[in-house]
Amino acid sequence: MTGRGGWLRGYAVLYLLFLYAPIILLPIFAFNDSTIIAFPLSDFTTKWFTEIPNTPALVRSVQTSLIVAVTTAVLSTLLGICAARAGARYSFPFKTPVMGFIMLPLVLPEIIVAVSMLVVLMALDLPLGSWTVVLGHTLICTPFCIAILNSAFGNLDVSLEEAAFDLGESRWSTFRLITLPLVMPGIISALLISFTISLDEFIIAFFLTGTEPTLPVYLWGQLRFPQKIPVVMALGTILVALSVVLLTIAEIARRRGIARAGGKDTGGFL
Amino acid sequence: MKLKGFGTSDTARGLTLIAPPALFALLLLAVPLVAIFAFSFWSQDFLTIDYTPTLKNYREALSEPLYGQLILRSVLIAGAVTLTTVVLAFPIAYFVSFHVPANRKSLWIFMITIPFWTSYLIRVFLWKVILGYNGVLNSTLIGVGIIDEPLTFILYNANAVVITLAHAFAPFAILPIFVSLEKIDRSLLEASRDLGENHVMTFLRVTLPLAVPGVVAATLIVFIPTIGDYVTPRLVGGPGGLMIANMIQTQFLKLNNAPMGATLAVIAMAIVTVIALVFIFLNRRWLKARS
Repeated sequence: MTGRGGWLRGYAVLYLLFLYAPIILLPIFAFNDSTIIAFPLSDFTTKWFTEIPNTPALVRSVQTSLIVAVTTAVLSTLLGICAARAGARYSFPFKTPVMGFIMLPLVLPEIIVAVSMLVVLMALDLPLGSWTVVLGHTLICTPFCIAILNSAFGNLDVSLEEAAFDLGESRWSTFRLITLPLVMPGIISALLISFTISLDEFIIAFFLTGTEPTLPVYLWGQLRFPQKIPVVMALGTILVALSVVLLTIAEIARRRGIARAGGKDTGGFL
Repeated sequence: MKLKGFGTSDTARGLTLIAPPALFALLLLAVPLVAIFAFSFWSQDFLTIDYTPTLKNYREALSEPLYGQLILRSVLIAGAVTLTTVVLAFPIAYFVSFHVPANRKSLWIFMITIPFWTSYLIRVFLWKVILGYNGVLNSTLIGVGIIDEPLTFILYNANAVVITLAHAFAPFAILPIFVSLEKIDRSLLEASRDLGENHVMTFLRVTLPLAVPGVVAATLIVFIPTIGDYVTPRLVGGPGGLMIANMIQTQFLKLNNAPMGATLAVIAMAIVTVIALVFIFLNRRWLKARS
């Protein structure tokens, strides 16, 4: 087998290089003392990083994005807990179509979600703002949360809950004392994933944002001005570093959760 | 008995739990989808919307060559992206499933998914930097001496869109194929080998057919979102690489013609649905024919 794995391994390394090419280039240009994003490189500089806090519009967009992302993460994880719990534990009429419909945004082009929500908001004459972005983001993040939480709730041993209930705990205290701690790693990982998706999402935010743009919408506006690009690269580097840290925590939480529930690691979020 | 109480009215409890996410999806997905369908039958004159139902938008969408061209191009580009992504992804999924030790598999999957979670906008922009006239790829190839003139067929056209989207959707293709390969009972492969088939025939007659559900899932998961992609055609596509989403955006935010934008969105959705259904139907037939 190893002989055959040889060229496959070479291909896998090349493929990883292809996957990581943009991320490897990002910090290179972020520390490059030139407004032209091309080789050969000029001198090393950190001035693009120090320029970030001195750009008020950028700082405001980061704040908007953080508020939107945190709200989205909490809302979509709460909705995800309801759906995953209902899906794993109970049976009810029209279960498959209802669950399928909730998961639909996962396979719907985002532009469709964006324009159809825009049409309703226009028809109702409602003002656009951060809250409309939160609603749109919650819609697309909930299916991801459900996918993560499904395995957390699915791995849960029902007899543990029945034992607690049998020993006199109420339904709520059973959930709080037994179920919640067991699925907590799944919840943390769902929160982090939906936070990351919301922070990065562009199309829905682009259509539904009001006067306060989120970070990706602000960046989109900056990409037209060549002299602004290095600052975007610097900010991108920080974002990439941040996402890698958050994802690593999410992955550790997910693995710990599987280990705690005594399940087998099948790998990956999806 | 208490334990019995634990099990009663499961249906009611399930319904109570599913109600919030279901209502949310109903209000923010079902209602908007119905609304956009309704909008496509209305018309707009500057800022006032005429609510008389009309097929004018659909007639215009079907007769105006520009719209037809954009729709056709979106389908072709999404098809090319899907084919490229799935073909490139399959060996990776195969490698991780069959050649990586079990305890290292989730690390590999994690490594494959990381780039996907970093800023989409910045990744697409960096492809513009890589593929540009003075870009990373051209300057490297010239520096090494493989080419003398910068390659121009890789930026501001449909090729650039295909390369960039094949990158963006790589994990979407790898994960479902990986999952289907993981499910294959390894003893089937041994049986095939014992019965005298070589590696290649075993792969073609056992592994590949069993991986078909994963390949189908990967195809749909890549095809559906790419057909509606906005950022990539806009940043690296140039005038010849624009797709239907760019026109939908123009209709909504620049031309103030929401009904026409809604019509194009409905047509795009219809095409996606039809292609997906045909694909699922063919897959069902194929699975049935085998069993």
